Order: sequence, then C-alpha cells, then structure tokens
Amino acid sequence: MTTTTSAPLLAAEGITVRFGGLTALDDVGLAVAPGTVVGLIGPNGAGKTTLFNVVSGIVRPQRGAVSWKGRRLQRHRPHHLADLGIARTLQGLNLFPGLSALDNVMVGADRLARGGALAMLTGLGRYHSDERRLRERAMAALEEFGAADAARAMPGTLPFGVQKRVALARAVVAEPELLLLDEPASGLSGEDIAALGEAIRSFGARMGVLLVEHHMDLVMDVCDHIVVLNFGEVIATGTPAEIQADPVVAQAYLGAAEEEGEHG
Amino acid sequence: MVSLRNHESTGQGEQPRRASAPSAADRWRALPALVRFPLAAAAAFAAVLALTFVTGPTGDLRIGSVGYYMLAIAGLQLLIGYSGQISLGHGAFMFLGAYTMALLVLHQPALPLWLNMLITVVLSCAAGVLVGAATARLHGPYLAGATLALAVGLPSVTVRFPELLGGSNGLAFSTRGAPPALAGVITNTQWQAAAVWLTTLIGLVVLATISAGRLGRRMRALRDDESAAGLAGVPVGRTKVIAFVISAGAGGLAGACQAYLLGTATPSSFTVTLSLSLLAALVLGGLGSMWGAFFGAVALVYVEVWGEDLAHALSLDSNVANNLPIVFFGVLLILVILVWPQGLHGMLRSLAGLVRRGR
Ligand SMILES: Nc1ncnc2c1ncn2[C@@H]1O[C@H](COP(=O)(O)OP(=O)(O)OP(=O)(O)O)[C@@H](O)[C@H]1O
Ligand SMILES: [Mg+2]
Repeated sequence: MTTTTSAPLLAAEGITVRFGGLTALDDVGLAVAPGTVVGLIGPNGAGKTTLFNVVSGIVRPQRGAVSWKGRRLQRHRPHHLADLGIARTLQGLNLFPGLSALDNVMVGADRLARGGALAMLTGLGRYHSDERRLRERAMAALEEFGAADAARAMPGTLPFGVQKRVALARAVVAEPELLLLDEPASGLSGEDIAALGEAIRSFGARMGVLLVEHHMDLVMDVCDHIVVLNFGEVIATGTPAEIQADPVVAQAYLGAAEEEGEHG
Repeated sequence: MVSLRNHESTGQGEQPRRASAPSAADRWRALPALVRFPLAAAAAFAAVLALTFVTGPTGDLRIGSVGYYMLAIAGLQLLIGYSGQISLGHGAFMFLGAYTMALLVLHQPALPLWLNMLITVVLSCAAGVLVGAATARLHGPYLAGATLALAVGLPSVTVRFPELLGGSNGLAFSTRGAPPALAGVITNTQWQAAAVWLTTLIGLVVLATISAGRLGRRMRALRDDESAAGLAGVPVGRTKVIAFVISAGAGGLAGACQAYLLGTATPSSFTVTLSLSLLAALVLGGLGSMWGAFFGAVALVYVEVWGEDLAHALSLDSNVANNLPIVFFGVLLILVILVWPQGLHGMLRSLAGLVRRGR
C-alpha cells in the first residue's frame, strides 16, 4: 500500500460475483485507508459498479467478504450505509426531481437529526430543531459546492454541472467517513472537472474516497492509489505513476478501444 | 429563530443585503410546525363553525361531509402524493372505521365520542400494519390490485355476519347531539358538523406535520428514486409501510366521522366506487399538496349535490339522475387535468401567479 500506515476503513477480499454465466467480479480485493483517495478504473463492463454494489449491499457476492473498520459486513442493506458512515453517489445523477435542491441535500443530512420517531410523527420534541439543523447543514454543504443560489430550485431547472454539485453535496453533507463516487466527472466540462478534482482532494483530507472514473487526467491527478479491473479481475495496482507506466493496463484499454472500434 | 430567508442571504455571500425584510409569508413558514398548523386549524375551525350559523341542517350535513372526505383524501395524499404508492382500496379503511364507530355506539353507549374516535384510529392503523406489511413488496399496479381486491371484498363480511353487522341493511344508530347546556345556541346538526371538523382538523394537523418534516421528506425521496433514497439512508421498506399505516388511520377516522354524522353504516356506502372517487378527487384536487385534499373534498361533495339538483330540475328519470353526478365529476376531472395537471390546487396557484404578475 501507499503512504498510510493506519488500518483500512474498507476492505474487500476475494469478491466473486456471477450473473448467470457471466463472471462480473473474480476474486477481487481492495482496501481504502482513512484520508486516502483510491481510484478504481477499467474499461466499460469491467465490474466497477458491481463492486460498488457489493460494498453497498445491493449485490451479494458468491464468495468473498467486505469489512468495515475491521468488522465484517454481512447482511447489510443500502440504507444501513449512511449510519455506518458510508456515502455513495450513483453513476447517473439520481437527484429527487420532485424535491428542491435544498430538500435533496436535507435527505442526505437526515442522519444528523437527533429526534426519534415520536418527534417525526407529532412535531413535538426535537422536530423543529432538527429541521433547522438539517436545513443549516444542507445550506452549508450547498455553499461549499458553490450551489447555494440553487437551494430553492427544482433539480430539473438547473444546469447539469450544478445538478452534479447538488448530488455531491447530498452525499457528503452527513460527513461520511468513506465516499464512493461512481463516475462523478461524466458529462462535466473541463472547468467543472477541475473544480471536482479540487473537491475530491479536499474530501481526501476528511474521509476515505473510492473513485470510479473514466476521466484519466482526473484519476491520475487526485488518487493516492489505483486498482485496475478488466473483465472482473484485478490486473494492476499501484500509484498513478506505476499505473501509467504499466504495459498491461495500456494493453487492456487498447484492447477495449480496438473492440469498440470493430463494433462501432 | 433562523428563517429560510436568512439562509439565503448568507448564501449570497458578499452581496449586500438588498433583499427586503422577510415577508409575512416567510415568517409564517419559519414558525415551528407545532405552532403553525394548529393555528391554521383553529382559524379553519372558527370559519367552519361560523359557516354553520348561516346554513340549515342540510348544509351542515354537507359541510360535515366535506370534512370527513377531506380527511380520507388527505390520508390518501400522504400515501400516493408523498410516498408514491397507489391504493385503490381506501374505502375499505373507511368501512372499517364506520363499522367500528357504529358497533361502539350500539354496544358501548357510555363511551364518549373522542374515545370512540381514538379506538377507531388505533384499529385502522392496526389493519393498516397488516395490509401494509403484506403488500410491502408489491409495487405500482400490483399494490393497486391488492388494495382494490380489499375494497371489493371487505364490505361483503357484513353479509357473512348479519347478526353483528346488520347484513346488507347495515347498522343504524342515533348519537347524542349538542350538549343540553348549548341547547338554543347551536343545533344538533351544527354540533355534529363541528365535531366532524374538529376531528378532521386534528387529523390534518398530524398529517401536515408529518408531511412537512423528516418523514415526509423521506417519503418524497423514495417516491422519486428508491435506490438513491436508500443510499441516502432512507429505510425504504419501513417508510412505505409507515405511510400506508398513517393513511389507513386517516381513512378509518374519516369512516368513523361519516358514520357519526349520518347515524348509519351500510355496506352500500363503501363500494369500490367510493375508493375510486377518493382517488379521483385527490387527482382533481392536486397531488403533492395537502390543499389538494380540501379542493378534492369540496368537489366530491358539491359536484354530487349540483348533479342531483340538475337532474331534479330537468326531471330526469332515476337511472340517468343517479349517474349524472359521476358523469359531471368525470368531465370536470378531465377538463381540469388537461389544462392543469396539478389539479385544482395547481389551477389556483397559476391563477394567483397571473394576478401577481399582472399587478
Ligand atoms: N444486475 C446485473 N445482472 C446481470 N448482469 C449484470 C448486472 N449488473 C452488471 N452486470 C454485468 O456485469 C458486468 C460488469 O458491469 P458493471 O456495471 O459493474 O461495469 P462497469 O465497470 O461499472 O462499467 P461502466 O464503466 O460501463 O460503468 C457487465 O458485463 C454487466 O453487463
Ligand atoms: Mg459503472
């Protein structure tokens, strides 16, 4: 591993996932230490999103185990992630179209609330102070991403770049210890990608980040460590410099490009 | 207190605070739900009570009907408009509530009205837990189908247990009217309409509080995108069941109010038509806002009244006359939704917007 010596936050070992005859992941392992940004790259269909789904409890692996802070995650479901301290953005935008940008982020902030079920149902107790707290935190998160002006707007009325920022704000507003980002740069312009890179590096100081991304400049720029998948197998791991110099990686991307060229 | 407006001005950062002081509407919205909704309900109650002093007994009955329909539709709003689950069988919970009320009045006449209402809510919520848990894995049309089956099937239990439930004639009973101390001040029908509205408004305060807070936001989130909601920490399955249970409670309470107001509970009042009418009224009133329930309930009661009046005036034969209100309602529904997909609530909002821009 790279520079850090601390125990990993997240560790996946020997993950194997089959969809019918297709082996989407074959004995895949990786680890994310606190305060590091780990890149997970590979051609289309390599199994990156599937690995995220395993970590999120959406897909159960046939073999292998995921552990969080040294404890094995067994029957965890997606909605347990937030309480564990894991946040994830989806490959698409997946904002809630019927909620204002602020409300979208407030959904992400929900775990910061202190009131219980009774408060939610009756308006008594912490109901009002929770609403205020969540709104303040959500607003602060929107400000951090330069999207405060969009707070009252519906997502559909916002430019794509702003929507992406709202989605990021929703993911980090509850201060997760690990952030899973699935292709955050897709569809963004150069300027927005630069801002995103800065944001990811700033996350890296506060939390562990696992980044799936096709945009190589961004990956090489922000990652401390990179894992390369191809056809569900780990074909290389190392620092950005090592990965860039690895002929196997170049071969995998070249092969994928050639295949695409043949089909397209 | 920190208002939304304050957040916005901090959000604008270095810009000078050009925006004027918070408007009355903003300040109102910044009040805690625990203050805001009960205040609004108290004002509504005063208005309704005042209205009953100018209407006769028939008018009181209609005002009361608007009340309990509004409660049922508001419960459906939470389920459909907020949590995105479709129920075609909410009449079944009204049925349950009405018969609970009737049986309590007949067999436990000493119990006070408020306790009967409370028992009804508890029972209908329990039924909601059963149905909600059983249907938790059903989505969209499957849930709609399952609830429809419930609405079709449930009223026939009255025929299975004729001694207890009165068969197809149902149960008739009389309730205590206005307390003797108020005799001469308000009439019995006024008292009944007021009791129904008080119950309705308490129910609405609870529904509005829930929908304006964390639970309502969780529901809207899972309605829009279940997987993103789950990843944001919303317990999707549980939240859906909670929405179902709350709306079942509202439906049951509405049924109890109906039985109390009319002094009867008959299976023919709770056919599938009722369930579909509630749904149609909700869509007509406007999905996604509690105001929609009010407009929907007014339309549901008064379109029927006007339809009957018209049939009377034209002296149509009973076959046509019976169906005229439904035709009326259908035409109104189609016309409104074509122009304003957000229903009557959306219509009024866009009209208000036009007026504001015109000034
Ligand atoms: N639920 C599923 N059922 C069947 N096959 C699946 C499922 N999910 C993924 N796959 C398959 O598994 C393989 C890996 O898919 P995955 O989405 O993990 O790729 P990816 O690396 O995220 O690709 P991309 O870069 O295009 O997002 C693909 O061949 C895909 O078709
Ligand atoms: Mg993917």
